[in-house]
Amino acid sequence: MTLMLDAIQQLGRATLDFFERLGRGHLFLMQVLVSVPATLLRPRLVLRQMHSVGVLTLLIIVVSGLFVGMVMGLQGYNTLVDFGAEDSLGVLVALSLVRELGPVVTALLFAGRAGSALSAEIGLMKATEQLSGMEMMAVDPVRRVIAPRFLSAFLSMPLLAAIFSAIGVYGGWFIGVSLLGVDDGAFWSQMQDKVDLHGDVYNGVIKSVVFGFVVGWIALFEGYDAVPTAEGVSRATTQTVVHSALAVLGLDFVLTALMFGD
Amino acid sequence: MTEPVVQIRDLRFARGNRLIFDGVNLDIHAGCVTAIMGPSGTGKTTLLKLIGGQLRPLSGSIRVNGEEVPSLGRHDLYRMRKQLGMLFQSGALLTDINVFENVAYPIREHTRLPEALVRDLVLMKLEAVGLRGAAGLMPSELSGGMARRVALARAIALDPMMVLYDEPFTGQDPISMGVLVKLIRELNDALYMTSVVVSHDVAETSAIADYAYLLSNGKVVDHGEPAALRESESRWSQQFLKALPDGPVAFHYPAAPFYDDLMQGG
Repeated sequence: MTLMLDAIQQLGRATLDFFERLGRGHLFLMQVLVSVPATLLRPRLVLRQMHSVGVLTLLIIVVSGLFVGMVMGLQGYNTLVDFGAEDSLGVLVALSLVRELGPVVTALLFAGRAGSALSAEIGLMKATEQLSGMEMMAVDPVRRVIAPRFLSAFLSMPLLAAIFSAIGVYGGWFIGVSLLGVDDGAFWSQMQDKVDLHGDVYNGVIKSVVFGFVVGWIALFEGYDAVPTAEGVSRATTQTVVHSALAVLGLDFVLTALMFGD
Repeated sequence: MTEPVVQIRDLRFARGNRLIFDGVNLDIHAGCVTAIMGPSGTGKTTLLKLIGGQLRPLSGSIRVNGEEVPSLGRHDLYRMRKQLGMLFQSGALLTDINVFENVAYPIREHTRLPEALVRDLVLMKLEAVGLRGAAGLMPSELSGGMARRVALARAIALDPMMVLYDEPFTGQDPISMGVLVKLIRELNDALYMTSVVVSHDVAETSAIADYAYLLSNGKVVDHGEPAALRESESRWSQQFLKALPDGPVAFHYPAAPFYDDLMQGG
């Protein structure tokens, strides 16, 4: 009986903690969003963060995009050739990348590379009293530190996803056209014919914008809310990757259902 | 004595179920170096955070320059903080920018001064703490003592009316400690500031303080000029100021009788 009561008590406490944290996360997001207009007046802060959040993530995005595109080209060709439809390889690669793999894989890679770095940086700034020091200097850390990073994540994600998809298409072209003998003209013309700017490209961009918003929010909140110890920062970094990945995959399903579910 | 810059009345503050302050009253006067001393864990740093408005009390009054800090809105709180400087125990320097930029940081954030003037101001502050030559170093290249002096230069960058020092002497070698002791007193007098030094380094703090408060168990247990405190009849003050191992603060942490504990093992 006592064991059961303990279990119920623990469940209740865990539920309350979860909702309390969810509330803190939303209040934090409100603070960040309120600070965004002021941050836009200082574009240099955002540009500096876009370098560390976006430009430094470029290498992993380019390399991954290339390999994903090459794998798509190889797998797609092997399937399509059985039906004599290998000329449609360009469509298959482009639609898969633009609609799904581009935004989703970019967001997952972004969470692992830039999101974890953001959490660790903010967590360590908290642990070393840098954020507290700013507050005492009458400088709002949310406006000065968090909002520029949030904006840079939000703006970088669609750009990185676009680069991922573009490089991926070239990866698929390299395998399909250069190595496996798919017709070059058919590869590009079918892609041009079947990939719709509004239905496919814009929806892919919307997905990556949403993922940028969510991953930036999670990464910064985890860092800001971290227990200011080595263990706390380590946990925040891990949670950023795990929560971001789950949020991205879950949201991808919802967005896909809304966009293409008819 | 001058009018108090900081006036605290009947302050109560708790962390979780633990009451940190239970009816603290103290005054900090303009132009003075006021020491707040007490054993580790008595909430000395917490008191500074309450004065700076980073924490809110359960009840009681904290007035800084006549303004009730706990009831200030965000805008007014930030306006008040521009008149305060705080030296954190860790220094709290921004690790991604160099010494010069750290000291320039509050000036750039709160003023629109031309770059040449910012440079002159920063160099003057660094000269005051003896680190003009270290302007180009990164925080990771500084010793603990140097980092604290840079943090001090940053704390006085906007010529605040009051500087709060959080354990400025902890972990310092004798030379760094001597430098910091001298700097705190000299800057206070030269800039006509008010200084609040939170510390448990009795000798160093007493040497520069005009007035001292001793905190323990959430209350002010004694206060007065350092020389008078050393002659205080309070047993607690005597134990703390003379570093006696036993007294009102017991050597032993509360425990069951020793004999019973030993016998429990069989």
